[in-house]
This record gives sequence, C-alpha cells and structure tokens, in this order.
Amino acid sequence: MWESWKPDPSNKQQQVAMLVDTSECIGCKACEVACKQWNENEVRINQEPGTYQSHPSLDSQTWTIIKFIEQPEAEGMGQWLMQKHNCMHCTEAGCVTACPTDALQYGDYGVVTLDQDSCIGCGYCEPACPFDAIHVDKSTFNQSAQKAGKCTLCFDRISNAMQPACVKTCPTDCIKYGDRDQLIAWAYERVEQLKAMGYKNATVYGDKELGGLHELYVLLEGPETYDLPVEPKLSKRLTFWKYGLQPIGKALLGTAIFGMIINWVAARRTFKGGLHPHEAEAGSTMHD
Amino acid sequence: MTTSFWDLQNADVVVFMGSNAAENHPISFKWFLRAKQKGAKVIVVDPRYTRTASKADWWVPFRSGSDIAVLGGLINYAITHNKFHHEYVVKYTNAGLLVNPNFTFDEGIFSGWDPEAKKYNTSTWGFQTDENGLPKEDPTLQDPHSVFQHIKRIYGEYTPEKVSEISGIPVEDFVKLAEYVTSTGQAGKSAVFAYAMGWTQHTKGVQNIRCSTILQMLLGNIGVPGGGIAALRGHANVQGATDLAVLYHDLPGYLGQPNEAHKSLQDFLDKTTAKSSYWVNKPKFFTSLLKAWWGDHATKENEFGFHYIPKMAGGETYSHYDIFQSILDGKVKGLLNFGQNPAVGSANARKVQAALAQLDWMVFADLFMNETGEFWKLDGVDPATIQTEVIMLPAAGPLEKEGSFTNSHRLLQWKHKAIEPLGESRSDGWLIHEIGKRVQKLYASSAAKKDEPIKYLVWDYDNPEHPNDFDHIKVLKEMNGFDVATGKPLSSFAQMKDDGSTAGGCWIYTGVYPEEGVNKADARKRAAPNRPEGWTEAKTDGSADYLHKGYGFAWPANRRVLYNRASADPQGKSWGKVPLVWWDEAQAKWVGVDVPDMLPVAPDKVHALGVRGDSPFIMKPWGLGGIFGALADGPLPVHYEPKESPIANPLYKQQNIPTLRTYGSKFDKFGTVDEFPYVATTYRLTEHQTSGAMTRTLPFLAEAFNKYFVELNRELAKEKDIKNGDWVEVESARGKVTAQAMVTSRMKPLKVGGKTTHVVGLPIHWSPLSGHVHGDITNTLTPQAVDVNVQIQETKAFLVNIRKANGKG
Repeated sequence: MWESWKPDPSNKQQQVAMLVDTSECIGCKACEVACKQWNENEVRINQEPGTYQSHPSLDSQTWTIIKFIEQPEAEGMGQWLMQKHNCMHCTEAGCVTACPTDALQYGDYGVVTLDQDSCIGCGYCEPACPFDAIHVDKSTFNQSAQKAGKCTLCFDRISNAMQPACVKTCPTDCIKYGDRDQLIAWAYERVEQLKAMGYKNATVYGDKELGGLHELYVLLEGPETYDLPVEPKLSKRLTFWKYGLQPIGKALLGTAIFGMIINWVAARRTFKGGLHPHEAEAGSTMHD
Repeated sequence: MTTSFWDLQNADVVVFMGSNAAENHPISFKWFLRAKQKGAKVIVVDPRYTRTASKADWWVPFRSGSDIAVLGGLINYAITHNKFHHEYVVKYTNAGLLVNPNFTFDEGIFSGWDPEAKKYNTSTWGFQTDENGLPKEDPTLQDPHSVFQHIKRIYGEYTPEKVSEISGIPVEDFVKLAEYVTSTGQAGKSAVFAYAMGWTQHTKGVQNIRCSTILQMLLGNIGVPGGGIAALRGHANVQGATDLAVLYHDLPGYLGQPNEAHKSLQDFLDKTTAKSSYWVNKPKFFTSLLKAWWGDHATKENEFGFHYIPKMAGGETYSHYDIFQSILDGKVKGLLNFGQNPAVGSANARKVQAALAQLDWMVFADLFMNETGEFWKLDGVDPATIQTEVIMLPAAGPLEKEGSFTNSHRLLQWKHKAIEPLGESRSDGWLIHEIGKRVQKLYASSAAKKDEPIKYLVWDYDNPEHPNDFDHIKVLKEMNGFDVATGKPLSSFAQMKDDGSTAGGCWIYTGVYPEEGVNKADARKRAAPNRPEGWTEAKTDGSADYLHKGYGFAWPANRRVLYNRASADPQGKSWGKVPLVWWDEAQAKWVGVDVPDMLPVAPDKVHALGVRGDSPFIMKPWGLGGIFGALADGPLPVHYEPKESPIANPLYKQQNIPTLRTYGSKFDKFGTVDEFPYVATTYRLTEHQTSGAMTRTLPFLAEAFNKYFVELNRELAKEKDIKNGDWVEVESARGKVTAQAMVTSRMKPLKVGGKTTHVVGLPIHWSPLSGHVHGDITNTLTPQAVDVNVQIQETKAFLVNIRKANGKG
C-alpha cells in the first residue's frame, strides 16, 4: 500500500509524513548513507569512541543519523534502542519562527522547506529547534555548509512522486512514508500490538506535538528515553519576536524606505525645477 | 538454507545462534521480523548483545565455542521430557535404524579411531541391514543399537547443569530456552535456527551445524512451514560459489572430487553413488558435467574425459590455508588473487603476509589497491628483501557487470549492468576467460597427452557484440544443460542422461534456462501483496503464492522449501498451520503452494529407488533424515573445547576434536589460559564488508563506522581500569593489536567451569593501508586451527590477554 503511495499533486494542502517504527529499526544506517548520497552532502568523519553511533549529533551536512541508546539492566537483557533522528517538519516550527529572512517556510504537504539562497547563515534557527535538527557550520570552507542544513523530507523527490531516499532504502521497511492521517492510525494500532507483545511503554510520538509533526515515531519507551522533548513548546518570546515585533520592524523599515523614496522623488523634483540648465544636464548624464 | 526467507513468517520460534542477521544480513532480517509481527518468539544466543538481539524477545549470553554443549543439551531436554515430534522422528528420520553393534563412544572418542594416522576408520558406523540390503529398524525406538538410543545415551550427559558449566548459561535460563525451543516438537509448530559464521568458524564447525539438524529433526522442524535451518551465507554469492564448487573437495552440483584411488569413471561412480536415494542419478549428472566441460572430446571411449579432471592425492587437502602453507613451504610459486584481501581477512594474518613475500609472482585483481596487493608496505616488512612480481588487474565493480547471484535461500537472481566499467577495468569473468584463452593458445600445438585437458576444454564465451565482456547467457545455458545433438536447453535435470547425449555444468541449476531466450533468474513476477505494508502473508487455505514462485529461480527445480514432503503427515495430509504440499488423491500426485520435493509415489507405496512414499528426505538413503550420519570427524556431534580454551573439557577426557588440524609453521603458535585468560571472538558490522577494503574506501561507509574497537564488559573493564574509549592492547600467542575500548553492558561475565570467564569481541574490518579510516588487523590474533571436513578456521573462539595501552590516544 505505502510502497507506491504518492501525494495528490493537485492538493498541496495534503499532509504527508514519515513514520519510523523503532521496534523494527536495526540501526544499519542505510538511511544515513542514502541521505548523504541523494543530497550530495559532505562526509563528516567524527564518530566518538565507544559507541556504534556514527556522529555525535546532526550537522549542516548530516541530515539524518541513528541514535544508539544503551539501557543497561542489572539482570538479564537490557535494551539497546535505535532511533532515526532528523528534522521533524513541525506544524509550529521553531526554525521557521526564528528565521529572519524567511529562508525557512511552511511548504507544500506540511514540509518545512529551507531556501539556501535566502539563508544568511545567522544560526538563529539552531537554538530555536527543540530537536537539535537544524545546524549551521561556520568552521568549513564549503559555502553551502556555512548556511543552515537539515532534512528536506526529500521535497525534490516527493514532489516528483518518489519516496524519500531513506524510506526507499530501509531494508526492514521500518521507515514508512505516506498520508499522515493513515500513518497515525497505523501507528496507534502498532503500539497496541507491541503492548500485547510485552513492550508496555510503547507509544506514538509526533501526533500532537507542536501542532503535529511530519516525522512520526512508534517508540518502545517514553520519549524522554530518546532525549525527545516530552511536551515541546515554542518560546513565547520567539513567537512574539517573529509575529509581533518583526512585522512592526518590517513595517517600520517599510515606512522608512517609503519615506526615503518620497524624499528622493520630492528632492529630484525640487532639484530639477530649481537647478540651472547646465547642472541639470550633468545630472541626467550621470543617470544614463 | 533448507527454507526460504519468505517462509520464515510462519515460524513460532526463531533462534539466532551463530548469526547476527540484523547486522550481517539486514535484507533478510525483515522476514524474521515478519515472524515476530505474527507472534513468533525471537531468541538470540550469542556472546554479544548485537543489533539482532536488540530486536529479539530474549538474549541468552554464552561462551563462544560451546554451541554443541547447548544444542546437545536441547536434544537431551527434548528426549527426557518427551517433547519431540514422535511420528516425524519414527517415520521420517533414521532414528529407528539399528547401528552396527560394534559402534562405541567413550570419553569423546568414537570407535575406529586411529591415533597414529589421526583418522577414523568408519567401518563400525554403518547400519545393520537384512538379507535384501534393507536397513533393520525398530519403530519403537527401544533397541539399544537404534540411533535413538545412541543419541539418548550420548546426550543424556548434557544435563542443564553440565550445559551451564560449559556454556555459562545459568541453569534456569537454559531450561527456559529449552522450553521455548522444544515447544515446537509437535505437529503444527515450528522453530527455525539461523546461523552463519558464528557456527562455522570453529574446529568443529561442520559438527555445530550437524547438531542443529539433529535437534530440528527430533522436533519435526525440517521441511515444514516456518521451520528449517537458515544458513545465512557470508557474501551475496557464496551460495553460488559453493554450488559451482569454488572448492577443492567438490565439483559443481555437489558431485564430489575424484581422488587418486578412483581408477576409472565407473570406479568413481560405483564408490561414490549413494544407493536408495535420488543420488542414484549421479552418473547422469556427472557425465553431463564432463560433456559440458570437454564437449566433443568427452566420448565414451575416453570415459567422457574423466581422466582430464585433476585428482586429489590421498589424504591431501587444498584449502585456502593449505595454499598459504604451501607457498611458505615453497611448493606454490604463483598466486592468482581475485577479489580477496587475505593479508587482512585470513586467520593468522602475519603468516599470510609472510607467505605472500615468498611468491615469485602474484596476479592481483581488485577494485582498489589493498594490503594483499601492497603487502610490502606493511609494518615490519623490508621491501628490499622481496622478489615477488605483482601484476595488478583492475576489476569491474558489482554494478559494472552482468551475471547472477545465488543468495542464501538458493535463489538465482539475474543482475544487469548499470554502467560500463571505468577505464581499462574488466569483469572478473572477462579476465578469467581471457587468461584461459591465452593459456589455451600456448598449448594449442602441443601433442602431449597431459595437455589435452587444457587443449580440449570448451572455452568459447566470446561476446562479439561486446568484446570487453563475455557471453553470460552462453555460460548460463551451459550450467543449465542442453541436448548435445540439438543444442536445445534442458528444462529439468530428470532429462539428463549418462550416455553423453546431454551436457550440463551444474545439474541443480537445470531449469533456470529452460528454453532458448528464457532466463528464469531474471523473472520478476511477485505475488500480490495481501498485507497493508505491502507483503504477502501465507494463507491457511494455500491460496497465497507467498513463496513468490515467479520471482527468480530457486534450485533445485524452483523449489523454495527443501524436503517439503515433511510438511505433510505420512498419509500425505498437511500437518502445518499453513499448507506447503500435499498428496492429491483425485489427481494421484503431489501438489502444493511450493514445488513438491518428492518422488512421484503415493504415500503408501514404495518407489523403485527404494524410497517409501512416506519418507521425505529423498537425497538421503531410504529417504530418511540423517540423525546419524558419518562425517570425517564423527557420526554424531559431541562437545569438544576449542583449540585454545579457558577450561578442560568437562565432559570427556578428549579435550579438542581429535581430528583437529594445525599447520606447524613458526607462525602457528598457540596460547594457554595462564598467559591469555580471556576468550575472544571476531565478527563483522553492518557498515563494512570483510577486510573493509571495499567499504572503508567509500566515504559514506567510512563515516558510518570509522573507529576500530574491542568490545568488553563493564566488570572486566573495571578490573583492568579501562574506560570507554581508552586505547588498549589485545594480545594472543600470534600477535598484538591496539584498539579503542568499547565498554558495554551488552557483554556479560560468564560462570564457566566454576570460574568467571570474560569474552571480548573484535571486528575484522580495519587495516592500516587501504581506505579512508584505518586500524589494526584483527586477524593478527586469530589462529589457523581448522576442522577436518572443510578446513575452516577457528576465528570465533580463541584466547587473548588485554591491557590498557600506555602512550597512545
């Protein structure tokens, strides 16, 4: 059903999502490789010793990683949890809110898009993201990496009726892609199934958080175990800055520019009328 | 493997033992997960809590090298608690057959042992037969000479307490494991055992697998839906390499390799053709093979070219390790090394590296330069002293060449070329074809009889359309087999003849190219999915083609589950929860969801070959599953300690498997527990492939896992004052490596032989020269101690010491 799923090209309001069933993620990192390859991102060899995790965190060139969480138990079998981590494509996104140039926007199908041409690399988005999923790298000579980088939900692929690269490559099909409502319904069913199998703490993540995420999870333990915020909220100050102060600022800036234009036009008229003929000629030459 | 990945969904219990499928066979792993989704209990028996264990219901840590103790304990539990599938055992296996009364087993030694020759005389390992040559049997299983009573007696010693003492699995955990596994010892229930290198790489590697077959047959789990033994092969095409006998002791299709004692074709066939089984057809398959190889020059007069085949000298073996020993001994002067990196990937790597320096020449074909191609650059080697001439041939990568892969479930899949090879690189097939052509040219004018095998060899795979490639379809057709007179492909190996009128390079592949222009390996017809996630579930009414019979070609005869006759009861009715095959009374034949694996004989009749219609194992004598079966190292698997072990064998006076072989060069040193107190095991990771030369070279894989490490448990780390990420030295009798510590609770101290024993683990993927990320060579530590059947090395259980490294990191 989901393998051939594609969004309706005539309905850009349709909400798509990715769902990771962590109970079937084997931590193979094929998604990491597919992501790097499709997006032609730089290699970052920075694994820390003593772990299977490939990178300590996401970075401007590493848009998805699998987090390895070892939970030792005194007796018997502990748990070794694996969670694919990337941009959550929030309905109320901190990064979009923080972005001063609107490089980050709410795009079609619920995807949070990033226009690198508009990005000035200010890095405001980094602390605004509750998931540590968007990064700017100042320490590189690579100009694109000096700007923000994050998962695009393979917008270039999904808007051309293809699956995201990570979904397509996943060997256990634990990453699913499709209509968000359908995936959510499936996720709750799966959680019930897992509970019946003895995974008492299994839960869905992403249904309600931040107005609804477009990256959903079936988790085996509570979100805090995965270092996921339990009830993520956008800071009121940030929202106020974006939607309260910024419009005023922009309005003020607009007023100022408008004033300058009026000033220039008026001045031009004034000077044109009052200048001596030879001075006016010199002026027009300059404008040619 | 006996089963199909698509059938794993039907399992009630999945046991991973000697396999880490999630990491090393990730594509297959989704089918194990399907079983779990449908309610199967998934258990991992492994010294390490692996990524496979992370998806299992239960992890059972145990000491590497004690597999037979655990499996033997399970056999004992099934028998003593009467939890075996009685009807299956009596009717379908040789459990009721009577063994030669002179057969004995004492203190780890079977009757017939010759300590001088270090060899078994197997004359007392046969079955008692009546005047008609039929085996004597006792269906009550009570006769003291019956196979059943022998295994009851031998494994009777494998009590939970004994198993615990050897393996380190606490008694109550072992009993719980035994309860899960033996819960499938009844009709309608099944367990599948998945294994890989964790079972094979031991001095009793073959016996490890034999032991699981005995257990699975007792439980009635072979040939039934969700049952079987899943042998997960080490590379994409290892099954294909085995089928085509890239081995010293076999010929394509498992026909065996003649030795010097075989004086004629007839003599060879008489001595090696098993009676009372489908193998009586071996002369047809063998003659067709000879016809495929020597064409018109294989005639009745010259015994179809039988004497062109090189014969093994008595007692000699020619395995991978024999080759390097022979190079060291100066017997072998040249090496053609295709697509492997033995300087890193082979046990006792320093010995292999030293051997390479003794060669006069080496042809080295690979995608990238690696430690084997550049062995003179390794540490401690003085290039000035080396005379070896190395000829590098650039090989094409997997996507640059056409051909077939045969994967673990015997499925041949055709792969098309995606792009042309870069620069002057060529496919391995082209390189070999070209070498063969040029060698043939050198011998073309020779009149010597000894040169006939080369001169007359059929070697005409030129591809006129693509001169830089060879004709793959021609090779496929030859493997498939054809009628010599008409050139028409054969559609079944039943059409093969022993009179030279048919040719066929690998009889088990017959049917993959059933008619001109039809390549079934390239067939891509999948069954319709009946689950929302997009896969096909088996149905109780047999209506779903969940084995995807239109996808690829599985040998033999496109059969997905071997011995599937066993999925039906003796009367021919399916006794599984889903049907595989059954006897259709109306049509008077075997039919099913799978291609039936049975001779055309009614359940209550006896076939002309002597196989009864209620005996499913048609490749075994009288169609009976081989619970008792002779191998060079014994008719039944029993526990021996690894060559390097932390304890004395708690079961027998005999410490190691008596047929164990080592090579005795100055590099072949072995350590004791006093010097090297910890058990070490080696393994692979998802992110890399064998020596890592192919994967550490790819930036995206190099970053996916770049740090060479040694895994050890928290208790040992505390004892040695080692912290996560510290540099440590790991040393064996053969050498030393430095690695970063991965201190984890995913490994546990074990109570073995009354004392605490630690197991440490090292991946094998790092090396100092090739790739973007580097590390020491783990195989510097591993021993060349091998088993006698296939000469496989014991790289899964050996002894090391470990200490914090000073001054590094």
